[in-house]
Amino acid sequence: MKILILGAGQVGSTVAESLVSEANDITVIDSDAAKLALLQERLDLRTLVGNASNPSVLEQAGIADTDMLLAVTQSDEVNMVACKLAASLYNTPTRIARIRSTDYLSRPELFNKDNFCVDFSICPEQILTDYISKLIEFPEALQVLQFAEGRASLVAVRAFKGGPLVGKPLSFLHTHMPHVDARVAAIFRKDSPLIPEGDTVIEEGDEIFFIAASKNIRDVLKEMRRMDKPAKRVMIVGGGNIGRRLARALEQDYQVKLIEFNKKACSKLAGELAKTLVLNGDGTDEKLLQQENVGEVDVFCALTNDDENNIMSSLLAKQAGARKVIALINRSAYVDLVQGGKIDIALSPAQVTIGSLLAYVRQGDVAAVHSLRRGAAEALELVAHGDRKSSRIVGRRIDEIDLPKGATIGAVVRGDEVIMGHHDTRIEADDHVIVFVINKAMVKKVEKLFQVNLGFF
Amino acid sequence: MGRTLTVIHALGLMLVVFSLAYLMPLVTALIYAQTDVFEDFLRAMLLTLASGVLMWILTRRYKGELSIRHGFLLVVVMWTAMPAFATLPLLFNMPLLSFTDAYFETMSGITTTGATVLTGLDYLPPAINIWRNELSWLGGMGIIVLAVAILPLLGVGGRQLFKAETPGPMKDTALTPRITETARNLWLVYLGITIACIASLKLVGMSWFDAICHALATMALGGFSTHDASVGYFNSPAIEAVLMVFMLMAAINFSTHFLVWRKRSLTPYRQDVEGLATIGLTLLSCVGIAGFLWWKGAYPDFLTSLRYASFNVISVATDSGFSNTDFNQWPLFAPMWMLLLSCVVASSGSTGGGIKMVRTLVLVKQAGREFVKLLHPSAINPLKIGGHVVPNSVVFSVLGFIFLYFMSVTILTFALLISGLDLISSLSAVLACLNNAGPGLGVVGPASNFGVLTDFQTWVCTFAMLLGRLEIFTLLILFTPQFWRR
Repeated sequence: MKILILGAGQVGSTVAESLVSEANDITVIDSDAAKLALLQERLDLRTLVGNASNPSVLEQAGIADTDMLLAVTQSDEVNMVACKLAASLYNTPTRIARIRSTDYLSRPELFNKDNFCVDFSICPEQILTDYISKLIEFPEALQVLQFAEGRASLVAVRAFKGGPLVGKPLSFLHTHMPHVDARVAAIFRKDSPLIPEGDTVIEEGDEIFFIAASKNIRDVLKEMRRMDKPAKRVMIVGGGNIGRRLARALEQDYQVKLIEFNKKACSKLAGELAKTLVLNGDGTDEKLLQQENVGEVDVFCALTNDDENNIMSSLLAKQAGARKVIALINRSAYVDLVQGGKIDIALSPAQVTIGSLLAYVRQGDVAAVHSLRRGAAEALELVAHGDRKSSRIVGRRIDEIDLPKGATIGAVVRGDEVIMGHHDTRIEADDHVIVFVINKAMVKKVEKLFQVNLGFF
Repeated sequence: MGRTLTVIHALGLMLVVFSLAYLMPLVTALIYAQTDVFEDFLRAMLLTLASGVLMWILTRRYKGELSIRHGFLLVVVMWTAMPAFATLPLLFNMPLLSFTDAYFETMSGITTTGATVLTGLDYLPPAINIWRNELSWLGGMGIIVLAVAILPLLGVGGRQLFKAETPGPMKDTALTPRITETARNLWLVYLGITIACIASLKLVGMSWFDAICHALATMALGGFSTHDASVGYFNSPAIEAVLMVFMLMAAINFSTHFLVWRKRSLTPYRQDVEGLATIGLTLLSCVGIAGFLWWKGAYPDFLTSLRYASFNVISVATDSGFSNTDFNQWPLFAPMWMLLLSCVVASSGSTGGGIKMVRTLVLVKQAGREFVKLLHPSAINPLKIGGHVVPNSVVFSVLGFIFLYFMSVTILTFALLISGLDLISSLSAVLACLNNAGPGLGVVGPASNFGVLTDFQTWVCTFAMLLGRLEIFTLLILFTPQFWRR
């Protein structure tokens, strides 16, 4: 597939990186030559310096035979104009734009065929905000991922002493909670994957991925570990795009304190946010943290632009007694270094947000893609099409489907109903099937399996 | 000097326009066939018109744009000159009335205070009663706002006037881009609600004459009645209910009414934080005071108690000054609480007086802010009202206003004390006048009136009314040396 990416910022380069590895022709346009040079050094792609909303630049980049346009520059306006140009002048089939302004997003008619012709709009900051909000709602979970518009969720949790299921085989889950339907999709023990069977015994320290209807998450979490009190006090460091959105999303239900370094930005934030207490200061200033009772905080989120500061302030907060600390870390090397140590959750914005983009790019009918365990594993939401003849999925029981080893069908979402994937569950057309893949290398095979095979006609 | 003459020039024009206001009592006198009253008003009208034209012609060389400084001067000159001219028919008609008392009466009308020195209101010529209430009504929305709508048509810039008239914090959410358009719209809303009020009062049993007089007084939150017993004369819960509703409406910012009318939706009411506070505090006080009076045994049952408490609390709190019973006889807590409410309840941009609710909110929030500052030294905690940040400069000007307000209360109360009035009467008279509320307590309570005061005391109260209506700054600025410095 030929893909044109506008903007070589954080989003643009992450997307480029993950798409290059999936064998596509990629061209990146940016006005900053230095950024492009950096990108070209690492990846096998074409770059072009220029204004991304300029028709001549787009033509030069070969927009005429491009299959997909990804407009992810810093500017909403440039992205929208680029999509409009691509649609009106070059008939580009798929146009995706990054739109951050809620002013635009709240008027979806702007994006239809008569106006800016944006097929899909994504807002990485919003995705990240939603992701963190979920983690705060379920402070015990390591990851909470949503499928089928939030009907089903995949939750990662570390098993601890005190959970009724710890030390027992998986089949016990069903007898212990007959009214709740949940399915353990994978277990990672000391970082190596296990295929869960009915007789697998859960041990302390296991990282467990389970799928359940979203309303049942709390019940299942209870089985894995002793539950803490729900979070009430949240402290956020960094009032940038993400910090601001998060504070706004949380301030009605939690006591939120927001620390921001820049005084001018503080005044602006304090004006915008209704209940959040905005503090002017440095997130790594232990005096300030102590003064604001960081030890009593339930969730501490370090969300500045600076990886090192985020790590340091989270460590300080954890040291002082904060219950759960989350650090935003851009550099993947740091993520691996930090996760599982003192910092409870190391968030890589690229890993969190790339999924929603990848869903559009991938072949077949992929409705959602989520990276797990820093990109090593993946959870996919695929739509089954066709009938028993044309599809290798539809009309078959799960144990009849020829899934590659390491891939499990966690659940099936049919309309509003969430059905757990048992061996005798039969897949129907238009079901959303949630597949858990332990090893990313097998993703291709799974996707192929879901393609409607014309050869059968 | 030239600039001051420009002010006189503008005042001349204003007087010419003002002389039109005599038409209403003239028509009334005709209807009631009182030729002597008709002649009195005609003489007054011609005198006012002649003075206006004379001022205008003599100073026409100085016609020009007004600076902000002279805007202040014009406002004050107008608010002192107009009541002076308005005394003419009273003086012609009532030879026994002193100028001091007549000036108090017209000032009370134009500042929408509603305090009166006259007794035997029931026997006054209807034209005089209409004249008093019309003064209230004109003063209510501010003759200025009317002038802002009309003066520009005559070629005099008006924006400065508007600024001088409303020094309240914020609320400058310009409704329409042009100031004249805004003024005209507000005026239409004012007129519309007044007509609704007249119709409602007629519907619940008032005569046309009483309905018009009371509606004019209600919308201006003035409080002049055509009867010595005020609204108690009618002894009708329905009339009281109608008046309560319209008094509360008049105590809300008229731009909110305008927005409701233009958007055809009630959301602006819900978004008007100040208006909600005004209504909320008033209604809460009604119930509280009703309970208190019932508990103290002032009324045999709660419903009667609620009726009298509601009407008088709303009337005093919104700075109208009607009464349907002598609340001076209630246990002291109730009237004192009502007096306190009269200081804070009215919204900015309404026809009420006093500190105004928005300033009260700013103060309350500023106090809360100080606590947060003590607990969280590094907090950035701007003062917000209705989700909008109020700049610190505005907070300071509110603090300055409050200081001047309480200084005025103190000094004027002392002035009355020196003259020999008792403490309750002095304090309540000053508050009632400064807040443009109307009746006070003690000797100036609802059962008696300001006629008992000596000339000196009457002048002090007249000054208090003007000071309150012009929101202190506008009047006091003329007494600062800097104002007159070139």
